[in-house]
Amino acid sequence: MATATAKTPTDRGGERSASGTAPDARRLGPLRRMWRSSIGKKTVMAVSGLLMLGYLVVHMLGNLKIFFGAGEFNGYAHWLRTIGEPFLHHEWFLWIARVALVAAVVAHAVSAYQLSRRDLAARPVKYARRRARTSYATRTMRWGGVIVGLFIVWHILDLTTGTVNPRGQAGHPYENVVATFSTWYGNTIYVVAMLAVGLHVRHGFYSAAQTLGATRAGLRRGLSAASNVLAVVLTAGFLSVPIAVMTGAVH
Amino acid sequence: MRLTLRIWRQRGPEDRGAMATYELDGIAPEMSFLEMLDTLNEELADRGEEPVAFDHDCREGICGACGVVINGQAHGPEPTTTCQLHMRHFEDGDTIDVEPWRAAAFPVVKDLVVDRSSFDRIIGAGGYVTAPTGSAPEAHSTPVPKDAADTAFEHAECIGCGACVAACPNGAAMLFTSAKVNHLNSLPQGAPERETRVLDMVDQMDTEGFGGCTLAGECATACPKGIPLPSIAAMNREYLRAVRKS
Amino acid sequence: MPDAADHTTQAARADLPPYAQYRVGEPIADTKAPSGPIQEQWDTRRFEAKLVNPANRRKYKVLVVGTGLAGGAAGATLAEQGYHVVQFCYQDSPRRAHSIAAQGGINAAKNYRNDGDSVHRLFYDTVKGGDFRARESNVRRLAQISVEIIDQCVAQGVPFAREYGGLLDTRSFGGVQVSRTFYARGQTGQQLLLGAYQALSRQIAAGAVEMHPRTEMLDLIVVDGRARGIVARDLVTGRIETHLADAVVLATGGYGNVFYLSTNAKNSNATAIWRAHRRGAHFANPCFTQIHPTCIPRSGDHQSKLTLMSESLRNDGRIWVPKQAGDTRPPAEIPEDERDYYLERRYPAFGNLVPRDIASRAAKSVCDEGRGVGPGGQGVYLDFADALARLGRPAVEEKYGNLFEMYQRITAEDPYEVPMRIYPAIHYTMGGLWVDYDLQTTIPGLFAIGEANFSDHGANRLGASALMQGLADGYFVVPATLGDYLARHPHDEVDPDHPAVHEAVGEVTDRLYHLLSNNGDRSPDSFHRELGELLWEDCGMARSEESLRKALERIPELRREFWERIRVPGSGTELNQSLEKANRVSDHLELAELMCLDALHRTESCGGHFRVESQSEGGEAARDDDAFSYAAAWEFTGSGAPPVLHREDLAFEYVHPTQRSYK
Repeated sequence: MATATAKTPTDRGGERSASGTAPDARRLGPLRRMWRSSIGKKTVMAVSGLLMLGYLVVHMLGNLKIFFGAGEFNGYAHWLRTIGEPFLHHEWFLWIARVALVAAVVAHAVSAYQLSRRDLAARPVKYARRRARTSYATRTMRWGGVIVGLFIVWHILDLTTGTVNPRGQAGHPYENVVATFSTWYGNTIYVVAMLAVGLHVRHGFYSAAQTLGATRAGLRRGLSAASNVLAVVLTAGFLSVPIAVMTGAVH
Repeated sequence: MRLTLRIWRQRGPEDRGAMATYELDGIAPEMSFLEMLDTLNEELADRGEEPVAFDHDCREGICGACGVVINGQAHGPEPTTTCQLHMRHFEDGDTIDVEPWRAAAFPVVKDLVVDRSSFDRIIGAGGYVTAPTGSAPEAHSTPVPKDAADTAFEHAECIGCGACVAACPNGAAMLFTSAKVNHLNSLPQGAPERETRVLDMVDQMDTEGFGGCTLAGECATACPKGIPLPSIAAMNREYLRAVRKS
Repeated sequence: MPDAADHTTQAARADLPPYAQYRVGEPIADTKAPSGPIQEQWDTRRFEAKLVNPANRRKYKVLVVGTGLAGGAAGATLAEQGYHVVQFCYQDSPRRAHSIAAQGGINAAKNYRNDGDSVHRLFYDTVKGGDFRARESNVRRLAQISVEIIDQCVAQGVPFAREYGGLLDTRSFGGVQVSRTFYARGQTGQQLLLGAYQALSRQIAAGAVEMHPRTEMLDLIVVDGRARGIVARDLVTGRIETHLADAVVLATGGYGNVFYLSTNAKNSNATAIWRAHRRGAHFANPCFTQIHPTCIPRSGDHQSKLTLMSESLRNDGRIWVPKQAGDTRPPAEIPEDERDYYLERRYPAFGNLVPRDIASRAAKSVCDEGRGVGPGGQGVYLDFADALARLGRPAVEEKYGNLFEMYQRITAEDPYEVPMRIYPAIHYTMGGLWVDYDLQTTIPGLFAIGEANFSDHGANRLGASALMQGLADGYFVVPATLGDYLARHPHDEVDPDHPAVHEAVGEVTDRLYHLLSNNGDRSPDSFHRELGELLWEDCGMARSEESLRKALERIPELRREFWERIRVPGSGTELNQSLEKANRVSDHLELAELMCLDALHRTESCGGHFRVESQSEGGEAARDDDAFSYAAAWEFTGSGAPPVLHREDLAFEYVHPTQRSYK
């Protein structure tokens, strides 16, 4: 039937089509469909984040061995290379862990980057007067994440490969750590990074739980408290080492 | 009361737009915010200027048509809609910034009016129960536990005003979408389409250009109907469940 | 052809304003309801209805104007059946129609309580509640369908209130003795509307409904005596569009906004039905308007609309005013023996729970005596002090918490401490386009559903019946009867260059041009406000020959002034809310005149229509069944020209008229 001026309802919605999208997505496999979606990417961030968080807890606890002296600390470092022997070849466990961690970091960073781009594009205009009500931890997730990412690069060059370590002696991590924390810049970088880690964990852990669908009120309260505890314990645990070096408790 | 209003004026979608300043006198504290804008518009018309365009209809806080950002807050300082905000919450001599909802998925139509048709398309993607007229079984054939009915209702209260999107630093429509997903998915009537509903609605939400959730919580703070923030987590769970099942 | 049965004498007529010198035309009657027992009529009608072959349905285009309960339900259902639906709403989304604001509930004769309810009892209550001015066949069908509505809405996921056993909860509502009102807290209208909206959204996404939001119907296109399309304005671009079709369904709601201040949405308007009336659809019972007693009073001249508070408050609140006129003491300082609990005094049996019309009129009369409270003396107290003392604050909070909160947000007064102030306000219009049993107007192919028609509520609507009627019309009635119409009118194209199309577009364009180019000095709102005040005074809660004559003198003057002095800033090629308003007000200025004439001609009191000349000794409304047992369907003859009255005689075979008494 003739309509003098045809107008489809989507005319005003820009290029987006009303019904064209969902069936497109339906044709994809579940994993590709999930990766395409914002919730799917958030899930990738949550899972990779939790993996890294687990690693951080173990890493922090291992670091505390430094308070038992060079022998025990270096012995612990050596033992890490022998985990899984004789079933695994020497250092294989360590490399498996490293590969997994790199994968987690990349997955986390790629999703974060893509989600951030989407978020920024979704809100292109700022308000004239902005009242920030979200917490500091929430607002610093992006830059905090970047800081932590850069720190990881420095940290590997410093204490894994020894490339930028003032001492850089393979097989002597205790002495290398003391060397790093005997410099002003080493301490500065480390302290800033660990504060960033604390803030990142504080919002990230609870956020990951929400992404994965923790809805019960009691569970949420528990997870929220756990976020704060984890953030404080991790930051304090990691910072205890440079502080100990600076104060001379570890030398 | 005497007020200085700084209001976003934009002739049309293609216009750049800018804040314009107006002095307004004789505002009574018992006026609603929209009645204050009515007064301004009458004055503008008297001066031969064009009135400020803004969406509004029921003026009793239920249709969801109205909504502006007042001093950086969606719907202003009270936990209600703009039409139910009264001038007694402002002081004589205040400067008030009035802006439209800001989000890529809500393009400005004119002044304070935005296009929220993206919300309709999200609902169209799956925010329904397929129950053609006449096909319904007797209402009591499926009892619904009271807590499920209450959960459904709590989420069904959403009025689709868009304040959640306007308040979200990422322009996300997660709270809006989750409200409808949880309303229908918590009822036995919604169960057969439980998985396709959440997958399709989330796909549509993404396609419309809304951002993602970073758990800033601003949406729930701005929501005039008190849709709770954990509604989003519940939708995430529904989503992951649906992915596992598909 | 004035006849003897006409109750205004020729002599009295002669000095009436020209508009009021109406003619009485041929009687009108419904021809669609099948004969036979009333309980079988709807089934028979559905069986006798011709069907359109499902394969052919897509060829038929149906325009649905409005997306409230009636329109949303009709659009979704017609699309499900396979018709090509094109739908319109002036709002930015179909979800915002004003049905959304209904609070109380929806009636259905489910008899889940085993309290003696039945389809027949709902039918009986509705006819009686309508003060015997509704058509029995339509009301009986409404009662029958009510049962299916609940099933349909539950299946859609409407979250009705439930009991712990998981079954639906009900409550009782004014004017009836059974518990048959289903509800979703205080937001039943919202939940039902969202149900219809979701069903409609599904059809939009499927491409079965072509939805045009922010588009307002400005005229009806009638070709060769049949409704074949509409002229609409895209409110964003200002473009005037024509949409041609096989049939048109109007679901555009009531005309309460003619009063300016009402509980309707700000943009609710009568343009669609008034334009249809101008094109030949008879307008029935325009004076039947409902006034709701418990609204929040206006706070000043800036007031833009009134907010209703649920009637349920009258279950526990006591209504009073000071005994002394001009007593301005704060309520707490007025001692008990200087208070007048006037409803309890005048209606000892029903007390504060008398029906809406009676409570409203009583409030007006005490305020007219100078005993009203609050700003301007336009209010009465609704006091919860006794209830708080008797039940305790937690119990009152549990029952009315959200209403108290709403009251406090609007007035900044705490009703737990200070009595609420309430005042009546225009709420619903029972009148509307005349329709037959098929809900078809006097223009073939034009259907009117929901509040836009006059069909089911007579002179007064019972609480929780508006939602029922909207959904019955939209989901069940019009899909069946429209199919019959289409089956009898094989699809053919309308020539877009037909003179009738050009004429309608031309008229719309001219009118908008006139509004925009008139270099006047008054805003649309200023006229609207003036008209509203005039109607409220002269054609509001109480109407007299004198007041109505006065209004009929004044309205044409006001209309002239409107066209001389209106000023609309901006252009017609963009979003222009002043232009929208001005256009709506211009129609209100014509409709108001018909309302007053209808009120003047109906010299009886019935339901929401109270003529001061027609009351019993005790001051109650007195019906005149011998003279007025009919629906008044008015035919348009020209702007400001006297209309023609067509009477539809109402026969009551199943429910026998009685005089209401609440003493």
